[in-house]
Amino acid sequence: MLTRLANPARFMRVSGFALPWLGGASAAVLAIGLVWALVFAPPDYQQGESVRIMFIHVPAAWLALWVYLFMAVASGTALVARHPLAEIAAQAAAPIGAAFTAVCLATGSLWGRPMWGAWWVWDARLTSVLVLFFLYLGYIALVNAFDDQSRGARAGSLLALVGVVNLPIIKFSVDWWNTLHQPASVMRWGGPTIAMSMLLPLLVMAVAFMLLFAWLLLLRMRTALNERKARALRLYARPAMPGTGRAPSLPDARPAWR
Amino acid sequence: MAMGAIRHWLAMGGYAFYVWSAYGVMAAVLGGLAFFCWRRHRQSGAELARLTTPPAGRRE
Repeated sequence: MLTRLANPARFMRVSGFALPWLGGASAAVLAIGLVWALVFAPPDYQQGESVRIMFIHVPAAWLALWVYLFMAVASGTALVARHPLAEIAAQAAAPIGAAFTAVCLATGSLWGRPMWGAWWVWDARLTSVLVLFFLYLGYIALVNAFDDQSRGARAGSLLALVGVVNLPIIKFSVDWWNTLHQPASVMRWGGPTIAMSMLLPLLVMAVAFMLLFAWLLLLRMRTALNERKARALRLYARPAMPGTGRAPSLPDARPAWR
Repeated sequence: MAMGAIRHWLAMGGYAFYVWSAYGVMAAVLGGLAFFCWRRHRQSGAELARLTTPPAGRRE
């Protein structure tokens, strides 16, 4: 299935069909999740209404990790298989992952202030997620730092792969170190320890964020393919150089002194 | 009665600032990202359509 989709023309066809469905589904599930989280979910017996921040903080954190994992796998595929779609997928995912990480950090801060009495503490979980945010930004900056697109993509792919070490550190930071952050209560051995009335809206919000990620990913990958094709067309559409009858040389390939 | 219930809901048990700020940040970040990605997608499609329908130029 993945290898069949790996043809850019087929990818454009399939993604063009999937795009409106994914967009509509993510909007619908997000609406359901928001109403559930803000109106129907019960307040916590200790944290009161502030617990409603959890319904965006926790799914954003999950997506921050999963999008990075996706980006790393796509980068690995790009390095090994040299397939342009893998590279495009990794680069399309990076800003989405950075956005989810930013939402996770901001909502965590807004939740920490009333519950812990501090906007920020330099504890293992918070610091490792901040590192994740900088990994996303570093990846985006590195990819765009080269004039030669393929070199930037390769450098970015290496960074994305090296950064994978951070993922288990984030996941297990709450078990390895004494932190203020509470340990996992949903994805843990022995099943979740959270009440159904809170778990369900949490999962709905997680599904909404996943659909949103899928929609944004396809949208950004299609944009990248469109722009690459447009760039190629613009180069070939240039009229042949007079007298030579040869195809025009690419402006980037021409030495600067000429 | 209804107004009171809405005001009670908006107050979020005294955590109104934190809860609504958190949801506002999420809406701004994800909504902004979605808007700009959607707009760039549309622009890239339009640009490609312009390039692939040549006026009278040569086309292989």
